Amino acid sequence: MFKKIFIFIVLAGFAAILLNSLSLFNPDQQLNEIATRYADKGPEEVGAANLVTAVIVTYRGLDTLGEVTILFLAASIIGFFLKLKLEDEKVPRKVRKASEILETASKIITPVIFLFGIYVFINGHLTPGGGFQGGAIIASGLVLMLLANPVKKVNHTIISVVESISGFSFVILGIIGIFLAGGFLDNDYFGLGTFGELLSAGAIPVIYIFIGLKVGSELSGIVSNLQETQKEEI
Amino acid sequence: MIIKLIAIILALAIITMAIIAVTNKKLVVSIVAAGVVSLFASVFYLLLAAPDVAMTEAAIGSGLTTIIFFYVLNKIKKDRQDNV
Repeated sequence: MFKKIFIFIVLAGFAAILLNSLSLFNPDQQLNEIATRYADKGPEEVGAANLVTAVIVTYRGLDTLGEVTILFLAASIIGFFLKLKLEDEKVPRKVRKASEILETASKIITPVIFLFGIYVFINGHLTPGGGFQGGAIIASGLVLMLLANPVKKVNHTIISVVESISGFSFVILGIIGIFLAGGFLDNDYFGLGTFGELLSAGAIPVIYIFIGLKVGSELSGIVSNLQETQKEEI
Repeated sequence: MIIKLIAIILALAIITMAIIAVTNKKLVVSIVAAGVVSLFASVFYLLLAAPDVAMTEAAIGSGLTTIIFFYVLNKIKKDRQDNV
């Protein structure tokens, strides 16, 4: 009883703090200083039609490198712990067969989902989306494939090779930027190209392709590791 | 005006689904409700003119997280049955 009263007191305290900050909330009428700088100078300095991409890949490129590294650490830790479990038993899984509709539909839809993911990260500098979104879409395509065929084995060698090469190339491209352009992960190697075209914005499309492949292979690795260590029917 | 109406309906739906996710006794229902919260939230981000965030939320929040929760739930169930 006392515990419940205590929980309600804590909740009321949170509500008071949140209501207080809500009453003080005053939406900005104009962009703040940094946002104005990005919005004004972004198109001519970076050349990306999607300003979010310009900020993520170039102005705040180091943060993106950190995020990709964190995702890599999470994926490898999950793989490490599940691998320990996997070695206890080598019993083949009993699974319920997927329905005819799911199996047939997944054969048609999965390639289209993969293609859409690739489209999203190649066009990251022109349309909404980018490496992270495209990678997540590719991993969802893999989920559909595994739902339709639960005993399917995903080739982990390909996943780790793609993952390592993309991470390595991402850093190499950043270091090339120090010598050819303004600094680490700067994209202006040999001019920016025509604003709004597919082959524009310097190195951004190439960097985003590598980020997309890296995120896609990491998330696919997590999902397939979890799928392989399942033992009974889901 | 119509966008405001849609936003209010979405917000109410999100809150309802979140309450279902917290209070329901069956974990499967909770996981699906949490996925639906993410799905509605991604539509909300689209209304707030943030399509980049909406794509991330739809793919990771409602797609991958839900399936990973189901995989983990299945593993936990198996372990519990072993211990009993």
